Amino acid sequence: MSTIRTEKNLQGITTAHPDGIGGSPLRPDGILKVKGEFAYSSDMWHENMLWGMALRSPHAHAKIVSVDITEAVRHPGVEAVMTYEDIPGSKFYGLEIKDQPALAMGKIRYHGEAIAIVAADHPETARRALAKIKVEYEILPTITTEEQCLDPETYGYVHEPAEYKGHASGNVVHSQKVVYGQGVTDEVRALADVVIKGDYVVGMQDQAFLGPESGLAVPAEDGGVDLYIATQWLHVDREQIAPVLGLPENKVRLTLAGVGGAFGGREDLSMQIHACLLAQRTGKPVKIVYSREESFFGHVHRHPAKLSYEHGATRDGKLVYCDARIVLDGGAYASASPAVVGNAASLGMGPYEVPNVNMLAVALYSNNPSCGAMRGFGAVQACFAYEAQMDKLAAELNMDPVELRQINAVEQGSIMPTGQEIDAPAPVADLLRRVKALPLPPALDTTHLDVRDIPGALSNTSHGEGIVRGVGYAVGIKNVGFSEGFDDYSTARVRLEVIGGEPVAMVHTAMAEVGQGGVTVHGQIARTELGVEQVTIHPANTEVGSAGSTSASRQTYMTGGAVKLACEAVRNELVALGRKRYGWDYNDLSLVGGKVVSASAGALVPIADLLGDSAIDLTREHHHRPTVPFDKETGQGFGHVQYTFCAHRAVVDVDVELGLVKVVELAAAQDVGKALNPLSVVGQIQGGSTQGLGLAVMEEIVVKDGKVRNPSFTDYLIPTILDTPPMPVEVLELADEHAPYGLRGVGEAPTLSSTPAVVAAIRQATGLALNRVPVRPEHLTGTGE
Amino acid sequence: MEFLRPATWDEALAAKAEHPSALPISGGTDVMVELNFDRHRPSALLDLNRISELTAWESGRFEGQEGEVIRLGAAVPYARITRELSTELPGLSLAGNTVGSPQIRNRGSVGGNLGGASPAGDAHPALLAAGRDVLVEAESVRGTRLIPIDEFYVGVKRNSLEPDELIRAVRIPVADGPQQFSKIGTRNAMVIAVCAFGIALHPKNGTVGTGIGSAAPTPRRAVEAEEFIAGELADRGLWQSGGLIGPAAIQRFGELVAAAASPIDDVRGTAAYRRHALAVMARRTLTWTWNEYTQSLRSAA
Ligand SMILES: Cc1cc2nc3c(=O)[nH]c(=O)nc-3n(C[C@H](O)[C@H](O)[C@H](O)COP(=O)(O)OP(=O)(O)OC[C@H]3O[C@@H](n4cnc5c(N)ncnc54)[C@H](O)[C@@H]3O)c2cc1C
Repeated sequence: MSTIRTEKNLQGITTAHPDGIGGSPLRPDGILKVKGEFAYSSDMWHENMLWGMALRSPHAHAKIVSVDITEAVRHPGVEAVMTYEDIPGSKFYGLEIKDQPALAMGKIRYHGEAIAIVAADHPETARRALAKIKVEYEILPTITTEEQCLDPETYGYVHEPAEYKGHASGNVVHSQKVVYGQGVTDEVRALADVVIKGDYVVGMQDQAFLGPESGLAVPAEDGGVDLYIATQWLHVDREQIAPVLGLPENKVRLTLAGVGGAFGGREDLSMQIHACLLAQRTGKPVKIVYSREESFFGHVHRHPAKLSYEHGATRDGKLVYCDARIVLDGGAYASASPAVVGNAASLGMGPYEVPNVNMLAVALYSNNPSCGAMRGFGAVQACFAYEAQMDKLAAELNMDPVELRQINAVEQGSIMPTGQEIDAPAPVADLLRRVKALPLPPALDTTHLDVRDIPGALSNTSHGEGIVRGVGYAVGIKNVGFSEGFDDYSTARVRLEVIGGEPVAMVHTAMAEVGQGGVTVHGQIARTELGVEQVTIHPANTEVGSAGSTSASRQTYMTGGAVKLACEAVRNELVALGRKRYGWDYNDLSLVGGKVVSASAGALVPIADLLGDSAIDLTREHHHRPTVPFDKETGQGFGHVQYTFCAHRAVVDVDVELGLVKVVELAAAQDVGKALNPLSVVGQIQGGSTQGLGLAVMEEIVVKDGKVRNPSFTDYLIPTILDTPPMPVEVLELADEHAPYGLRGVGEAPTLSSTPAVVAAIRQATGLALNRVPVRPEHLTGTGE
Repeated sequence: MEFLRPATWDEALAAKAEHPSALPISGGTDVMVELNFDRHRPSALLDLNRISELTAWESGRFEGQEGEVIRLGAAVPYARITRELSTELPGLSLAGNTVGSPQIRNRGSVGGNLGGASPAGDAHPALLAAGRDVLVEAESVRGTRLIPIDEFYVGVKRNSLEPDELIRAVRIPVADGPQQFSKIGTRNAMVIAVCAFGIALHPKNGTVGTGIGSAAPTPRRAVEAEEFIAGELADRGLWQSGGLIGPAAIQRFGELVAAAASPIDDVRGTAAYRRHALAVMARRTLTWTWNEYTQSLRSAA
């Protein structure tokens, strides 16, 4: 049943429709996906369609001496072979810095860089044609280690100074300092009773989405291209594609195709430009689908990082200072490195009050695979390090690790090291209290063993021998939305009309539904705001304004907010229509159950009658409050839109003799401001926690001398159901008054703290230092490199 | 690429004789991966899925082998081995149960594992441990050849089949004592072995069988370890008494198993870890099988 709030006319929440906000209607794609019936971008087909494919470099660093395509062009069934020379427009693209050639121009900077593209009548034809392209390389020594990158005089430049487009110089793409309080000086150091130092390493994690990069480019009669694509941000794709094609943006039209997961890996372009170039050249639709192996080369990964932390504290556990240095390997091209650096630097102290801070974060150019956006975005790496430091400090002080964190936790009103005040709830200490208070899972029952419950599981490595339990805690801080002065606004169009006698709302945005449940939430918002039963979601495309990226935990906040604004505008217009027609002077109107309702006078008129044959069709933009860039030297500035917090408790069983780990339980507590769809919220928290678990114990792209060694799901391991423990979740709803409905972005925070919590638990079980993730059996048994 | 679909075993043998380079495909769980990765472009595929004998097993007595033997059709999937033969072939059942995921276990077969002869194949350690008289039935239009399992693996992913031969079945003696199988993977399901170990006690002839996986160019036995522990059990009369083997002998057994391996460093693990883990698995599985054996002695008494 609907309830009406009368105190604020036409503002805020007007109804409690069961499938409105706060309800948990099921997502429309869920059952289709489980049954294998969802149409992914790789399933598209078009008459006369050609297959596109790219030739990729087997070397990580090389000069291209020559490319001979003669034989490939002659291959029957081949309709186009293109190299950079055939690109009609700009030869470069990039998310933040346009430093990446659409096809290699004389130089290879990473293993798997695309050199030439082919369109043919069959994928097998295309493969054979690629094999006939002759590339002569002059192999160059790779620049892959921090030492090599930071000494270009000796080891060379990934981008020669004349071509350098980054924000710094040499092989540094971007750097950011944060100096807070008195910085870290000798006098400040003298204030600390204890000092804890640590060096940490985070391996290269992959987004490991299941739907490989794919799309279909269809040439249009006006000389433009229609691209059907699985991406995270249609408009920013277009912004990068159009100049390369030499077309104005309005001739490049994008429609979202079925996305099989993203996690940041679809923020950069992959096959988009290649498919469009081939379609433009051949005049025929071109489809490109990466194989799983190609996918590992076709998207950026999470930055591997080296982190050095020094914390000083008083004997009673209050933090005095932190000196930190974070080096992120950005790989060959900039991708999102600058923003990742900004996050690492500004969030690298964690959710703690640290009175004196000196922080430097940098991202390097190297001949390793390019790294960019992945769930958690710069905050993940830092969280692993600062949480390890907290545990070390607690051990040094002989203090409970949760209590130490609580003593230093930020709260509403705390000042971040950037000088930004946290002006919304920040229940860090409470989140920790909650995960700690949850009942612990029962001890391993060795009398009734099911091997699936213990490390190794069906591999049958233990019947109880060698197993030690450990418990670990961690908490993290993540920003929501784009930061540092970026206006990542969202647009929504809402149309209300009568169809078959019923009022129906149509929501049209360019939001990429990548599996996060955004379209479900849009329907919920429209039902709540417009009191209608029926909501249709228009396919996401570039006919409507930008929705910004499906990343930075921002879509419900930003595009959800835009849908809310558009619905409010539609509602106001509808009511104005009623006032005009019926002379109402009520100021207690709302839309409930398909009617205009006055709190005092009851139902006035069905929406369908009021609207008749007319339609209300309005578009609104939603901008978050403005932020500013961080000062380059001090990192000071109101840089973030919103903060979000999650805490974890991990319980693990470790086979200490074999170095095998089974996470027994991974509990989380997170403040989400307002759970628009509680089921989705819990799903996001569990999914994020699992991805963090993966980084803790298995997920790593192994790169040696710039070469990717494990580009397959045979050797890039992600958690299976037997690795995924029960995950109790406590959801807090403390409203942020700056956000629509008071909500807080949910998707990323759980990915931060689950990694350090799992590793803390393994440390407790083994007594080992474990300064690197993923933790491998070698590290637990002293048999590693 | 030609696709040959013989309806009978004789047709299959004839097809293989005519097209020696044709690649047999059974469950396809290796073949299709190789094709997808474009690692292999065989001139022809020889589909064995219509031949019903290959998915059947029988038990009986066979010449050259002692006692009851299971003649396991090459294409019997792991899921059925675990379901139907866990008493007769406990080691192979346990090994089969660690293979891939339920989907893979429904399709993948011992014949396919032998055909690929990967050092990481999980059936191999169990087959090696099951005894020296495990025989691979290789057949061609020229006739049947019984290849002892010890002579089957000849190199990295190479076996001793002739180009015109197909695997019809594997003859495996029914277990006369406890058997175990352990495998290391860096996650708790769906892993290719970092290393694996199979063990079988053979109280009838007083031997102990072992098999090492993923820690040498081919699957192999730990011969010295087998001889050492068989010697201990015999010399100390433990087969009869059912007494404790004792930590020193168990430790030594583990060391000898580790020493029998020649592992390498690769993306899945280091050589040092593989040796270490083999020693641990050897100690544990020896203990489990021995406990089971002594319990059976006691309950028989
Ligand atoms: C996701 C996944 C997980 C896996 N996990 C494991 C694992 O954990 N452990 C493991 O050991 N393996 C694993 N494998 C590999 C594979 O499943 C096994 O090797 C399986 O035993 C192969 O059997 P098959 O019937 O599918 O063989 P196929 O793929 O049909 O054939 C494999 C090879 O054997 C040859 N062959 C097949 N039948 C015959 C015959 N009758 N005579 C002669 N040659 C023949 C083929 O020509 C080919 O060379 C996995 C594979 C996948 C895809």
